[in-house]
Amino acid sequence: MSGAPDTWLIVGASSAIARAFARRAAAANANIVLAGRDRPDLEATAADLRVRFTQRVEVVEFDALHPETHAAALERARSFAAPAVLNLFVAVGVMPPQTEIDRDPALAESVLETNFGAVVRFLQVAAPLFEAQKGGRIVVLGSVAGDRGRLSNYVYGAAKAGLHAYLQGLRARLWRAGVTVTTVKPGPVDTAMTFALGRLPLLAQPDAVATRCFSAAMAGREEIYAPALWRLVMAILRAIPEKFFKKLSI
Amino acid sequence: MTWKPMQITGWGRASQAQVSAARPERPRDIDAALAEGKSGGLLARGGGRSYGDAALNDGGHVVLTRRLDRLLAFDPATGDLVCEPGVTFADLLDVFLPRGFMPPASPGTSFATVGGAVAADVHGKNHDRHGSFGDHVRWFDLLLADGTTKRVSPESDPELFAATIGGMGLTGILRAVCFRMLPGASQAVSVRERRMASLDHFLTAFVDVRETATFSVGWIDALARGSALGRGILETAEFTPGADPGRPRRARAVPFDLPSPVLNRWTIGAFNRVYYGRVPAAGRARARSFRDFLYPLDSIQDWNRIYGRRGFYQFQAVVPDAAAPAALRQMLEMISSAGRASFLAVLKTLGRPGRGLLSFPLRGHTLALDFPRAAGIEALLERLAAVAVEHGGRVYLAKDALLTPAQFRAMYLDLPRFEAVLERVDPRGVFISDQARRLGLKRSP
Repeated sequence: MSGAPDTWLIVGASSAIARAFARRAAAANANIVLAGRDRPDLEATAADLRVRFTQRVEVVEFDALHPETHAAALERARSFAAPAVLNLFVAVGVMPPQTEIDRDPALAESVLETNFGAVVRFLQVAAPLFEAQKGGRIVVLGSVAGDRGRLSNYVYGAAKAGLHAYLQGLRARLWRAGVTVTTVKPGPVDTAMTFALGRLPLLAQPDAVATRCFSAAMAGREEIYAPALWRLVMAILRAIPEKFFKKLSI
Repeated sequence: MTWKPMQITGWGRASQAQVSAARPERPRDIDAALAEGKSGGLLARGGGRSYGDAALNDGGHVVLTRRLDRLLAFDPATGDLVCEPGVTFADLLDVFLPRGFMPPASPGTSFATVGGAVAADVHGKNHDRHGSFGDHVRWFDLLLADGTTKRVSPESDPELFAATIGGMGLTGILRAVCFRMLPGASQAVSVRERRMASLDHFLTAFVDVRETATFSVGWIDALARGSALGRGILETAEFTPGADPGRPRRARAVPFDLPSPVLNRWTIGAFNRVYYGRVPAAGRARARSFRDFLYPLDSIQDWNRIYGRRGFYQFQAVVPDAAAPAALRQMLEMISSAGRASFLAVLKTLGRPGRGLLSFPLRGHTLALDFPRAAGIEALLERLAAVAVEHGGRVYLAKDALLTPAQFRAMYLDLPRFEAVLERVDPRGVFISDQARRLGLKRSP
């Protein structure tokens, strides 16, 4: 790798985990491109990174549901990164309560679209760029919810399960070009997404999850859980026969 | 905006509230919170380190600001820093101490936020030299009850500025604050500790120390009586650039509420004697990390649990210099003869009045100490507050849980001006706290 610092393109950069990841990456000397919809918020995060660190930071428009923004954001990020390597962190997702989804089929579709369809579409645009670059790291937030469909969160879980499978294939494709793809499966994280859900087991802080994402990316890990204990928890949950699992109210 | 029911407490845990809480992560969420959260009133809450009911709003709404933690601009030439209200002092030291800058005033915990520092006009161990936090604020962006956001400076709206500095969050919600960080700071300080055999020794020593030392603080054994009344340790500190502060202390946590009987006048008295005795009679000087010096209790997470489930009160009052010998003696005698267990009391000098209409500081001496909550303790605190009033002093609102409206009015003489500002910017009393209700400052909307 050249002497110039890498750049991380952070997609969905208003989310708490993405913000923490941006700080973590900038602290490790990376330049940062923040992509998302809420421009004033992203400008505040960019300002924060500039004050805390000496890295270069830029904000680009990105809307997961507007594909025309995808290529432009990637192109801006790539020219910002040049001649050094571009890396990619994807934190795009919504999680309305399952009860709301059950009342509104259209909401089910939009959950699938935002968490799965739009992310896949974006990564399909990004893949050739990374192949041409012949290197770089991609980190995508999945979820423990994708490891097993559950009564309380199955549409979101289905989208994440689809995403996990997609990332396995993308990993195989990009491995051939020397690009690493890391799937991160967080348990509940203390963010706006989970704030109203009451007490949650093993609730993780965004900083801790971001730090784990960053070190997993730098180590080129394939799939990690955050916190790590979820690997064991999900192994147990997956081992329960469906016959019994369907009776659980989780 | 999502809201969730939450049980929150003051840091002393004697005051509690059931609130509906929102935790904005982006600026526009704050507007949504105001639009939705008016029933029962709304209050911004930062680090939750005020001891009493200042950051509580029972039956109403609370906006938790902790996730609004971004630094927005810094000018190393002037030290001017603009940041969101949820930035903590720990954040500020992490980022700026390596660059030689420190927050202009710091409370006794690094978990307090900048928003809270403005709302309480906090002071630190350098008050004689540098004043309180509000003295260094240049402007702030304030979300007002009518939904507009106003940039307020001493020039643009002097009364609203002065009502917000030390105004306990009752004028609106801070979105950004510009204040001046001070240069000349370093990771290490050289700390000088001296034994003070009595209150008179302390008062004499402070005459000199407040003029010469950058930082000074006294620790008093509040259980000592008779000729030892007011004995303790006087600490002064100066920056020592380039010196090695050693490793910062490792944080430990109090894992559960201690049963109340563990702390009594004998165990605490023994602790206080050891604390006094560990400093040699001739005094000593040593290098310490600036953080450990500023925040001796931050290395014990959740230290408020040592007082058990019933919690504790903290009393802090300031009295003008001229009244200090008599007032402090009277207070210490009341405390030691009541035998009310308290860990070390803190005695400091304050240099000048704050800029806020409800700012705590005035030129004088301030005494602060904890009281585990027990039968009769409220009466003792009321008598202590009465002593402060009698001597032209006042109680710190960030600590207060018990003042009566009459005591409050007797202490804060700019109150009519403060109320006039509230009448102008928040006539319906949207921004409210349990403390404001208790003190008769506001009615629920």
